[in-house]
Amino acid sequence: MEQQRSLSGSSQSPRSPSSQPYLSVSVTDPVKLGNGVQAYISYRVITKTNFPEYQGPEKIVIRRYSDFIWLRDRLFEKYKGIFIPPVPEKSAVEKFRFSAEFIEMRRQALDIFVNRIASHNLLQQSEDLRTFLQADEETMERLRSHETGIFKKKPADLMQIFKDVQSKVSDVVLGKEKPVEESNPEYEKLKHYVFELENHLAEAQKHAYRLVKRHRELGQSLSDFGKAAKLLGACEGQVLGKAFSDLGAKSEVLSAKLQKEAHQLLMSFEEPLKDYVRAVQSIKATIGERANAFRQQCELAETMKLKEINLDKLMLTRSDRVGEAEHEYKELKAASEEATRRFETIVRLMNEEIVRFQEQKTQDMGIAFHEFAKGQARLANSIADAWRSLLPKLEACSSA
Amino acid sequence: MMGSENPGFEESHLFASREEMENLVLDDPLTTTTTTATNNNNSYSSFRSAKSSISDVATRHPLSPPVLSTPAESDPLLSPPVFRNPNASDNNSYIEPPSYADVIFSPFDDNSANEINRVDSSSHDLDSSLTLSRSSSSTSDYIKITVSNPKKEQETTNSLVPGGNTYYTYLITTRTNIADFGSSEFSVRRRFRDVVTLSDRLAESYRGYFIPPRPDKNVVESQVMQKQEFVEHRRVALEKYLRRLAEHPVIRQSDELKVFLQVEGRLPLSMSTDVASRMLDGAVKLPKQLFGESTAVVAPHEVVQPAKGGRDLLRLFKELRQSVANDWGGSKPPVVEEDKVFLEKKEWIHDLEQQISYASQQAESLVKAQQDMGETMGELGLAFIKLTKFENEEAMYNSQRVRAADMKCLATAAVKASRFYRELNAQTVKHLDTLHEYLGLMLAVHGAFSDRSSALLTVQTLLSELSTLHARAEKLEAASSKIFGGDKSRIRKIEELKETIRVTEDAKNVAIREYERIKENNKCELERLDKERRVDFLNMLKGFVVNQVGYAEKSSDVWAKVAEETSGYAKDSC
Repeated sequence: MEQQRSLSGSSQSPRSPSSQPYLSVSVTDPVKLGNGVQAYISYRVITKTNFPEYQGPEKIVIRRYSDFIWLRDRLFEKYKGIFIPPVPEKSAVEKFRFSAEFIEMRRQALDIFVNRIASHNLLQQSEDLRTFLQADEETMERLRSHETGIFKKKPADLMQIFKDVQSKVSDVVLGKEKPVEESNPEYEKLKHYVFELENHLAEAQKHAYRLVKRHRELGQSLSDFGKAAKLLGACEGQVLGKAFSDLGAKSEVLSAKLQKEAHQLLMSFEEPLKDYVRAVQSIKATIGERANAFRQQCELAETMKLKEINLDKLMLTRSDRVGEAEHEYKELKAASEEATRRFETIVRLMNEEIVRFQEQKTQDMGIAFHEFAKGQARLANSIADAWRSLLPKLEACSSA
Repeated sequence: MMGSENPGFEESHLFASREEMENLVLDDPLTTTTTTATNNNNSYSSFRSAKSSISDVATRHPLSPPVLSTPAESDPLLSPPVFRNPNASDNNSYIEPPSYADVIFSPFDDNSANEINRVDSSSHDLDSSLTLSRSSSSTSDYIKITVSNPKKEQETTNSLVPGGNTYYTYLITTRTNIADFGSSEFSVRRRFRDVVTLSDRLAESYRGYFIPPRPDKNVVESQVMQKQEFVEHRRVALEKYLRRLAEHPVIRQSDELKVFLQVEGRLPLSMSTDVASRMLDGAVKLPKQLFGESTAVVAPHEVVQPAKGGRDLLRLFKELRQSVANDWGGSKPPVVEEDKVFLEKKEWIHDLEQQISYASQQAESLVKAQQDMGETMGELGLAFIKLTKFENEEAMYNSQRVRAADMKCLATAAVKASRFYRELNAQTVKHLDTLHEYLGLMLAVHGAFSDRSSALLTVQTLLSELSTLHARAEKLEAASSKIFGGDKSRIRKIEELKETIRVTEDAKNVAIREYERIKENNKCELERLDKERRVDFLNMLKGFVVNQVGYAEKSSDVWAKVAEETSGYAKDSC
C-alpha cells in the first residue's frame, strides 16, 4: 500500500531496491493500552528508507494518536503554503468505546497520513518527520507535552516583530477596520471553489455513510426474515416446509455477505470520501495562512513607509534620534522584505500544491469508485447466485 | 398492515430528484425504450423471457395466487410514476445468455385483456413450470369483479337532520361466463352497509366454511382521514373482498352473492344484524317463558342458528349454563369434540398462524430495508451528479475533468441501482403480500371453528335438556302411578311434558345434523386450505426468488461496467 501512495517515483523497483531513494512507512498493529478514561491506542510505525539523513534502513517505533497530531501541527507551522495531509478527527465519544471498526478506520487514516508526508518532495525532508519516525518514546513524549509551551515562544524570531507590529500598528493608525485581502481574481475563484467543494463533498460523504448503514440494516432484516422463514418451514413441514427452510438458510447467508460488504464500503469508499473532505479543510487552513501572510506583508510595508517618512523628517531636522530611527527603519525593512518573501513562497507553493492536489484526488477517487463498483458487483453476484440456487428445488417442489 | 408501509411516502419527496435522475440518464446508451409485458410477448424469443412473460399472465389465473386488487394508479401501495418511467426497463441491452436480467417484471398488468381471471389453454401448458395453478383441470369459469366510481349520495329516509346524512356508493361491475348469473356483464350500486349485510348473511348460511373476512368498518378512520383517501382505501378493500368471495368455490355459487352483485336496491336487512330488535324480542319472550306461558322450547328451525345470534334469550342462558357446566362441572358433557385429528389440526393451525404472522412482520421490515437502500443509493447518486456538474463548471485542470467523468459514471450507476431497488421492492411487496392474505384468512378459519363449537354447544345443551326432561317425566309418572285412578292434573302435565320431549328430540336431531354438517364443512375447507396454501406459498417463494435473481443480475451488470471503466485505477493487489 505504501508504494501506491509514493508520488515521488520512489516505488520499490524489483531490480534495484536501493538505487532510487525511497521512504516508505506503515502504521500497523494497534494495541489498546491503559484503562478506563486513560485508555489509548498505540501503533507500530515501521520505516523503511535509504535516505542518508535517516538512521539505517529500517526503524520501528511506537506512537500514539497525539504524536501524529504533533507532527501535523509542526508541519503546518513550518511549511506554510503546502496542503498538509489531514489526520483523522479526535473523537472523545468513540474513543471510549474503541470498537474494532473505529480502530481500523483510524489506523488506516493515520497510515495514509504519514505516507502522504513521506511521498511529498518537500515534506519528506522535514526534520520533524525524522524525529517522529525515529525518536524513542520518552523523547516523543517530552516533545508532545512541550508542544504548547516552548513552541509558541520563539524570542529571536521575526515572528515576534510581526506580532509586535500587529499590536502597535493598529487599525487606528492605518485607519481601516477591515482586514486587507488580495485582489486576485484567479485566487478568488480558487477560494470559492474550495469552499463550495467542501459542501458538496460533505453531502456525498453523508450519503455514503448512510449507505453503509443501509447495508447493515438490509443484512439484519434478511437475517430476521430468514429465521422467520425457517420457523414457518418447520411448522409447514413436508415439501413446502423444506422450501421455506432453504429460503431461510439462503437469506441468512446473504445477511452475512451484506454485513461484510458494509464494512468494505466503509473502509474503501466512505473513508476516502471523508479523507477528501479533510483534505479540503486542510486547504482552507492554508488559505487562512496565506491571508495572514498577505496581511503581515501589507502592514509591514505600510509601517515601513511611515517609518521612512518619519526618518526623512528627522534627518531634515537633524534630530539626535536619527540614529535610532535609522536602526528601526532598517529592521522594519528587513522584516518587510521577509514578509514579502514568505507570502510569495506561499503563493508559489500553493500553485504547485493545487495541481498536485487535483491529480491526487482524481487518483484517490478513481480507486474508491473502482472499489465501490467492484464491491457492489460482487454483492449483486452473490445475491443472484444464492437465490438462483434455490430455483431448481422450488421447481421440483411444484411438480412434486 | 404492510399496505401502510407506503413506498409512496418516499416517492413524493424524491419526486423532484427522480425527475432529475430521469433527465440525467437520457443520454446514457444503456437506456432503452419502454416495453410492457404484452409487448414482450412478441419481442422476445428467448425461452426464459417467454416463461416470465407468461408467468405474468399466469399469475392472473383466478385460482392461483391471491388476486391483486387494482391497477397501479388506484393502488395506494404504489406510486404510478415509477412504472410510467420510460427508462425503467433495461431489456435488450443485456443480450447475452438469457438470464433473469432480461426479464421485465411488471407488477401490475396494465389493464389489458390479460387481466381476466381466465386460463388460456395455450399458456396453461407453458406456465406449469413456473407457476402452479390451483385447479388440476383447466376450467374456463370466471367471475371478474371491479369496484369503481364512488359517488356521494343523500340519505332520503329516516334522516333526523335536515339536509341529512350522506353516504358513498360504489359501482360494482361483474363480468362472468357462469350460466347461473343469467347475464355476462352487469352492474349495481352498493353502499358499505350492504356489504356488511352480505357478510352477515353469508356467515349465517355458510357455517363451517372459511369465509373471507369483510373489510373493517373503520369508523375512526372515516372521521379522521381525508375523504378522498378514505373512499379510495375502502374501494380497494371492497374490491379485494368481493374478488376473494368470488374465488371461494362454494360461496361464489351462493344466492347471497348473486343477489348482491345483480339486484339493484336495498338489500333486506337480516334478522341477526338488528341487535336492538333482537334484545327487545328476546326480552319480550323471556317473561312469557319464565311464567310458562309459552313453550320454553327451542324450535327446531331455530336450532340451526347459534344462540348468540338468535333472539332467544332463554336459549342463550341455557347454553351459557351448559358451557359453564362443561368447563367447571364435574361430569363430562354428553357429547364432546372427539375428533383427535381435528384437535391436532386446530392446534397446528394456531401455530401456523403465529409463524405466518411473524414471517409477515419480518417481510415488512425487509421491504422497508430494501426501500431505504434504494432511496439512499439514489441520494448518493444525485450528490455525485451535483459534484460532477460542479467540477466541470469550475475546472481549471484536466485532472478535474477526468474526475468529473468518473463521478458521472458512478452516479449514473447509483441512480440506476436505486431504481432497481425500488422496482424490486414493488415486486417483493406483491409477492410477500401472500403472507398478509393468509393472516386474513386465519380469521375466517377461526370463524369456522367457532361455528363448530357453538353448534356443539347447542347439541350438548339440548341433550342435557332432554335428560332433565326425561328425569322429570319419570318422577311425575312414578308419583302419579301411586294415586289410584290417576291424577288429572299430573296426567295432563305428563302429556305436556311428553310433547315437549318430542319437540326437543326433533330439535336435538336437527342440531346434531347441523353439527355434523359443519364438521364436514370444516374438513373440506381444511383440505382446500392445505392445497391452496401450498400452491400459493410456493408461488410466493418462486416469485420472490425470481425477482431477487433478476434484479441482482441487472445490478451486477451495471456495476461491473463501472468497475470495468475504472479498472485503470486499480493497482496490482487491489
